[in-house]
Amino acid sequence: MNFTLKIWRQENAKAKGRFKTYKVENISPDCSFLEMLDILNQQLIEDKIELPVDPIAFDHDCREGICGMCSLYINGRPHGPEQGTTVCQLHMRKFKDGDTITIEPWRAKAFPVIKDLMVDRSAFDKIIQEGGYISVSTGGVPDANAIPIPKEDADLAMDAAACIGCGACVAACKNASAMLFVAAKVSQFALLPQGKVEAEKRALAMVAKMDELGFGSCTNTYACEAECPKNISVENIARLNREYLKAKVKKADRKREGGGFG
Amino acid sequence: MTRLNSKIPEGPLHQKWTNYKANQKLVSPANKRKLEIIVVGTGLAGASAAASFGEMGFNVKVFCIQDSPRRAHSIAAQGGINAAKNYPNDGDSIWRLFYDTIKGGDYRAREANVYRLAEVSNNIIDQCVAQGVPFARDYAGYLDNRSFGGAQVSRTFYARGQTGQQLLLGAYGALSKEIKRGTVQMFNRHEMLDLVLVDGRARGIIARNLVTGTIERFAAHAVVLATGGYGNVYFLSTNAMNSNASAAWKAYKRGAFFGNPAFVQIHPTCIPVHGDYQSKLTLMSESLRNDGRIWVPKKKEDAEAIRAGKLKANDIPEEDRDYYLERRYPAFGNLVPRDVASRAAKERCDAGYGVGPTGLAVYLDFADSIKRLGKEVIEGRYGNLFQMYEKIVDENPYENPMMIYPAVHYTMGGLWVDYELQSTIPGLFVAGEANFSDHGANRLGASALMQGLADGYFVLPYTIQNYLADQITVPKFRTDLPEFEAAEKEARDRLQRLISIQGKYSVDTYHKRLGKIMWDYVGMARDEAGLKFAIDEIRKLRKEFWENVYVPGKMEGVNDELMKAERLADYMELAELIARDALHRNESCGGHFRVEYQTEDGEALRNDDDYKYVAAWEWKGSDAEPVLHREPLNYEFVEIKTRNYKS
Amino acid sequence: MSQTLLKISSISKKVFMSLAGLFLIIFLVVHLSINLFILPITENHQEIFKQAVEFMTTFPLIKVMEVVLFGAFILHIILGVVLQIENWMARPVGYAVSTKSKTDSPFSRFSIHTGVIIFIFLVIHFMNFYFVKLGWVDPPAGDMPVADKHDFYNMALNVFNNPVYSVLYIVLILGLGFHLHHAFQAAFQSLGLNHPKYTPWIKGIGLIYSIVITIGFISIPLYFLIN
Repeated sequence: MNFTLKIWRQENAKAKGRFKTYKVENISPDCSFLEMLDILNQQLIEDKIELPVDPIAFDHDCREGICGMCSLYINGRPHGPEQGTTVCQLHMRKFKDGDTITIEPWRAKAFPVIKDLMVDRSAFDKIIQEGGYISVSTGGVPDANAIPIPKEDADLAMDAAACIGCGACVAACKNASAMLFVAAKVSQFALLPQGKVEAEKRALAMVAKMDELGFGSCTNTYACEAECPKNISVENIARLNREYLKAKVKKADRKREGGGFG
Repeated sequence: MTRLNSKIPEGPLHQKWTNYKANQKLVSPANKRKLEIIVVGTGLAGASAAASFGEMGFNVKVFCIQDSPRRAHSIAAQGGINAAKNYPNDGDSIWRLFYDTIKGGDYRAREANVYRLAEVSNNIIDQCVAQGVPFARDYAGYLDNRSFGGAQVSRTFYARGQTGQQLLLGAYGALSKEIKRGTVQMFNRHEMLDLVLVDGRARGIIARNLVTGTIERFAAHAVVLATGGYGNVYFLSTNAMNSNASAAWKAYKRGAFFGNPAFVQIHPTCIPVHGDYQSKLTLMSESLRNDGRIWVPKKKEDAEAIRAGKLKANDIPEEDRDYYLERRYPAFGNLVPRDVASRAAKERCDAGYGVGPTGLAVYLDFADSIKRLGKEVIEGRYGNLFQMYEKIVDENPYENPMMIYPAVHYTMGGLWVDYELQSTIPGLFVAGEANFSDHGANRLGASALMQGLADGYFVLPYTIQNYLADQITVPKFRTDLPEFEAAEKEARDRLQRLISIQGKYSVDTYHKRLGKIMWDYVGMARDEAGLKFAIDEIRKLRKEFWENVYVPGKMEGVNDELMKAERLADYMELAELIARDALHRNESCGGHFRVEYQTEDGEALRNDDDYKYVAAWEWKGSDAEPVLHREPLNYEFVEIKTRNYKS
Repeated sequence: MSQTLLKISSISKKVFMSLAGLFLIIFLVVHLSINLFILPITENHQEIFKQAVEFMTTFPLIKVMEVVLFGAFILHIILGVVLQIENWMARPVGYAVSTKSKTDSPFSRFSIHTGVIIFIFLVIHFMNFYFVKLGWVDPPAGDMPVADKHDFYNMALNVFNNPVYSVLYIVLILGLGFHLHHAFQAAFQSLGLNHPKYTPWIKGIGLIYSIVITIGFISIPLYFLIN
């Protein structure tokens, strides 16, 4: 198969970027999208098509759809045309021979471009650091079977926990909102008895951080759900809203310092 | 041999770890604040260790190459994690987990380490549940188990097909908590270039900031490497693209011994290779062997017809199918250990019974299980794996049997460590897949996650204190010491040299060539002539690489090719060591199969009289041969037997 | 004011918006049910309409509700605008290829645009009726004699008899319908009410509601256009 690729090139965070067009030929339909980029890079390096040689920088690692490193916005969709799939698991058979494919980096204020198609997603780590965990230290915990958890709750928690933190939700959202990402983490713990202890603090702190980092808000368009490679449901966003409201009410109730809506 | 002191504590097996903890030295809270620890790698071992150190009050610096610590390749582990909880009441115990692991490792692991691993396995499950890891549960709300290869009990805890992900996110959460508290400082997109020794002790690292390209120095009182295995030497493996051996290899070149490098695990159930553009291989979890039956056609002509595309798997009648694992190993059937299953697949394919367009594949068939349990149950158990298979292969595994073939997956070998997980360099600790310690010559399924977390949560937090206890008066190190200066210069010069070659071929071209040599001659079946040939070829290739590789770009900024070149330069050396170790070990054991040493029916033939030891190699320079040190393995508590999975 | 607004979290803003929106949704039902009596749906429709107007302009509780109503409008609009600005700022560099994501509908994507349409409508509407009631502007001129500033029946007849106004009215109400279709279910979602069993019902009711409101309001100018 042959393709024309329009790829965003940008030297570094400060440089101005632009699209460049490349052609790749004789690509096997069984080739993955990233392998197709490997082939292009190999040509750029060994055939020295253009000088100075500068292979396309893109994030990738496990190439089996779980690490969440790959992050390409392909023809208007994060991770490309196939539903429930990361770019590394997307194969060229999903395109038509002769297609022109436009590849852009994730676009969000909170995800600045590092180079070409690589973006900085450490904002996600910062949100998690605010409370995306149960504050248990190593050791001194009860037996794993001490607290039975209804299977339905455990399954729902697992559905939410499947998030790979790739940022496709932010990339897809017209508001560059990180609500689905935050909601998945808050939901996972809100559903488990171990996580309920800190549920209020967690919801308030993670949402505050999300706002602070410059992500947009949720206007219920649900592009995030449509593009999530792990099919995380927007029901989690409703749960986050619920948890957040609950936390607000309880906080006001306890008349802690600060009060009000913050 | 004085240099290899494994420091195994005295006493009966089940009291060794208790005795160690009772007698070890500790560091007081006030003193912990004065001490710094560097942890390289944020997989299960690294993240759990760093989080635990932080909780204890040490000052920790953590490094990872990805954009976030959550992306380490532990995340890709699918099947599960073992523990001796015996929740299903099927006869499991710490002893049995220990015994299965020793036996599965073909009697090439240290008894005391493995017993400790089995002992702390239960704490891991408790810890993870407390962290909110959503393990699979039954309708009563209690934890569910499944079985894995090499065991006759169900002791594997799992979270769908994403157990590694969930455990890693648990550890990542713990790590994030400590980052928030300020005890841990995180350095993402940083790659370790060298280890810095001051007065013979590990005191810091040199790392490259992968975004800016700057080379930076970091000092500490102790260094922990948790940088994973070296499977990517083979180019095609189930490892992530960025998984690499450079940190471990630099430590080796600074004086840490490398243990059993030849022990490489080839995993039996991976999606077969389909083209030369392929960048990696995808694992299909071993758990599939719980319900899938492995077979090839009984008749060669059927196999040929399938390869030619004239017949399909479902056209072969039941009586013409050879369920070769069930035939050869009736007691364990499809759940024999990985090395055994891989070799059996290779044997069938080499004999001409392989399927798929290349003939290098066997069937993993779920038809019987679907008939017995219904499609829904199978979907519930393996849905995401089936989906992944269909995405890659474009075939529906519910209707047609999967095609699988072995692929490089895990490295049992690694930096040699003693009972305290300390390498031969004082102050350098090695955890997880990066060390050689617990799996002998073959690792059982669902044991890698167990080992990574055991090392990080429950072993290192104790043993590192024993080392640091007499370091409390040592002030924090400055990074302008001449040792740091020299190490940084060396690292910089090496990168600059790679860029200055300006040759013809890309790093990947050389990597693929190295991988082919390794797979063909140092892969699943090895022999003396092949290994000698391989060593020769690797040396030639290494020379060519250093003369003709082309690394575009500059030292500054993002430069993936530069980092790939740096990693490949290390693989070029490591590959030779693997071949050398394989050549010296005149026996077959676990993942190491020498065709000269096999029984009449093709089983591995161990030589306990001459090779019941850990081979620990010492670096003597690029052109000099490494020196072999032997750590004898004394089996005081288990009786060594020939592995038998037949009856 | 703007400082306080910025300090409110994104979720709180959405919650206030939803509450205000839900109030407006109820208000629209009341408004429509009175308006429909402009049409000859009963023999004494004119009387009923006038009585309703009388009630709405004099009953004390309604006076209070009027203040709440304005509050809801202002809150909804200000929060909507602030959120929109924040959301635009969240993506300073846009995509070259616009989204092809398979989402619910364009309804939410164009919420702000339909919102602006409704705002324009509101201004016209106020010019024609509410400001007249306050005595700020003259009643709309036309064939029908307007008795006083509370004679909404004749004022309505005057504006709807203008075909340009009627067509504009229909277009603007369509914008309202689009807005409502998204808003109805979104309000529940923002309040944290999403349930695998009931959410499809909410969405269904939302669709019916927005169609009824749209057709209801449109039927009036349509009647005048046809006659």
